[in-house]
Amino acid sequence: MIYREAGDFKTSYQSDAQTFPIRLDRMGYFLTLAIAFFVVPFVINDYWANAIFMPFLIYAIAALGLNILTGYCGQVSLGTGGFMAVGAYACYKLMTSFPEVSILIHILLAGLVTAIVGVLFGLPSLRIKGFYLAVATLAAQFFLVWLFNKVPWFYNNSASGMISSPERTVFGFAVTGANASAAVQYLVCLGFVVILALVARNLTRGAFGRRWMAIRDMDIAAEIIGVNPLKAKLTAFAVSSFYIGISGALFFAVYLGAAEAGDAFGITKSFLVLFMVIIGGLGSIFGSFAGAAFLVVLPVVLKVVGADWLGWPDDLVAHLQLIVVGALIMAFLILEPHGLAQLWRVTKEKLRLWPFPH
Amino acid sequence: MKKLIATALATALLAGPVAAELKFPSLDYRTGPFAAGGIPFADGYSDYLTLLNERDGGIGGELISNPTCETAYNTEKGVECYEALKEDALVFQPLSTGITYQIIPKASVDEVPIHSMGYGRTSAVNGKVFEWVFNYPTNYWNGASVGVKHMLDLNGGDLSGKKVVLLHFNGAYGKEPIPTLEALSEKHGFEFSTLPIDFPGQEQKSQWLKIRRDKPDYVLFWGWGVMNQVAVQEAANVRYPMENFIGIWWSGSENDVLPAGDGADGYKALQFHNVGSDYPVFDDIQKYVVDAGKAAGAGDQVGTVLYNRGVYAAMLAAEAALTAQKIHGTSKITGAMMRDGMEALDISEARMAELGLPNFGPSFNITCENHGGRGPASISQWDATSKSWSLITDFVDPDEEVVNALITADSEAYAAENNISERCN
Repeated sequence: MIYREAGDFKTSYQSDAQTFPIRLDRMGYFLTLAIAFFVVPFVINDYWANAIFMPFLIYAIAALGLNILTGYCGQVSLGTGGFMAVGAYACYKLMTSFPEVSILIHILLAGLVTAIVGVLFGLPSLRIKGFYLAVATLAAQFFLVWLFNKVPWFYNNSASGMISSPERTVFGFAVTGANASAAVQYLVCLGFVVILALVARNLTRGAFGRRWMAIRDMDIAAEIIGVNPLKAKLTAFAVSSFYIGISGALFFAVYLGAAEAGDAFGITKSFLVLFMVIIGGLGSIFGSFAGAAFLVVLPVVLKVVGADWLGWPDDLVAHLQLIVVGALIMAFLILEPHGLAQLWRVTKEKLRLWPFPH
Repeated sequence: MKKLIATALATALLAGPVAAELKFPSLDYRTGPFAAGGIPFADGYSDYLTLLNERDGGIGGELISNPTCETAYNTEKGVECYEALKEDALVFQPLSTGITYQIIPKASVDEVPIHSMGYGRTSAVNGKVFEWVFNYPTNYWNGASVGVKHMLDLNGGDLSGKKVVLLHFNGAYGKEPIPTLEALSEKHGFEFSTLPIDFPGQEQKSQWLKIRRDKPDYVLFWGWGVMNQVAVQEAANVRYPMENFIGIWWSGSENDVLPAGDGADGYKALQFHNVGSDYPVFDDIQKYVVDAGKAAGAGDQVGTVLYNRGVYAAMLAAEAALTAQKIHGTSKITGAMMRDGMEALDISEARMAELGLPNFGPSFNITCENHGGRGPASISQWDATSKSWSLITDFVDPDEEVVNALITADSEAYAAENNISERCN
């Protein structure tokens, strides 16, 4: 009754093609943005920022990146952790080599470096698909982590092989390092997320996105109607890696502050982001956010409820977490293979007809 | 759902621990591939603090609270745990080199000292640079040096032409001793090479194949958790002479050698404290904690190597708190006061005996410049028939000339990178 298209007249092509055709959706979007930008920074504290908001925002970028590659272009990738490591190490090398350049530029450059590496590792996708491509990207994962462990140049010859981000400021506010306040770090991550999500949304519904989806749905048919598979696949790899690289750079420089390749960017990271994309919904921008929120918030909630409220032993709660997350992933795959995004879509359909479904 | 989560978290945060107590948070890991090492240490740490509460009524009349948080040796969870527990905390002991590296810069901002006992960033010994970080009584570089000294003893002081392999966890922890061993190999003329093992280390066939082929004279081992059991088993499988296989103190507990049975006989490990359960303090723990049903774990670890280390860590923390109470003349100390206590810590043989741990560890004292103590270590050996560790050497001081030069270089590099000016002048 309230949530409906009726009365919302579209008088121009532009308004007809907008992302949120229903007024209530638009209002919800702007309200969320307003709260995220103008309310959250004033109430956020270190715990909320480090336990929930920053991991959520950073994983959302990674999930967006992987969704472009896997959800929109249909190329399965298990190299996300490795590409995040490329972003992190590129950012570290840039930060320490050119300390006078702004950290924001370094993060973008780290994304570009990752895009180049991603295209290189995307080349096999021109010959192989499906499981075989997954194995090829798995090789990228292991190779990249091995490389960052093996070559001391990447970690500036430090004794332990760890990289740690020195303090860098934006407009006088510390963004990285120990003195950075939670609100500033949150706002930087949020800024990247909002811009990247907008770009992703518009890329995926434009010519690029249509080419990617054509390749995903049937690559031979796509080639016959004139989609160049080389260009489509490699652009998908480039854009996806760019996103993942930025998330890796933020993950290391802003969120963790110190990292080592094997621990922070191991194979488990690749699977985690893949689960986010699958649970959230393949081929959906909203799904990337929903999946990231689900897998970041759920363990924290389970911990708070189990260990802090019910007073169960830590190890029991940690094991329960694994069981519950695993069970939920299976339940999703069986009950709603299209993920949280599809649930949201179905809810909206029903809401439009409510309270008179027929 | 969102609302529910928000309220859940808000209540959890508001319902924090009572501020009147002395808060010693534990970042444990009782799950994951390194749980075999994490559980006994966590048990020992918590049980000793419980003992102080039950027997003495806390420290200086203040009760101790010991909130725990499970990290699973994962740095991301470590960050979350640190943020959740840092308020009013007196000291953090993360038992993970990776997490230690991560919280070192935060410690000075949040004014919570870090005690990384025998792990973490070695150059934190230099108190002039690392104001908030302590790693007494010893560290990896001292461990590496004492290990090499033991080899020198066995070879009449000459290691030239010998082959030494460092088999290590391919992460921050395992890589720490490499610069020291490289410097020592130059000094003593042995051939040095490294063999990394990737996390979690359940698969080491290729490494041991290499060892079998190259036949190094000594294998030094920096492993942890499940990695240790696999390495000892593999060493037994390829018939590597066990007395030439020397682990660091994190690779020398009962859990590491028992699975290999008789094959593990003769395996050596460094220790920075004594082994066994023959100390009065353990009778008290049994009486006040385990028998009273207040043990943190199953109560079956009392007297094992890593349990002892947990007790030792808690004992040093409690002594530092006591020192801090004396310095500041108040029983309610803060993290900053605790730091002063740690910097003025003086552990003498007499005090150890008083605490029920006679001859348990070497005496040492901490100063503003030196946050690491003297750093002696000893070699222990496993006897598979009696299923027990025993120390086979005295506590040996490390090669200070080599180690100190490296510490100065590394800590000065850190100071330059982070614009830290030296203190203690």
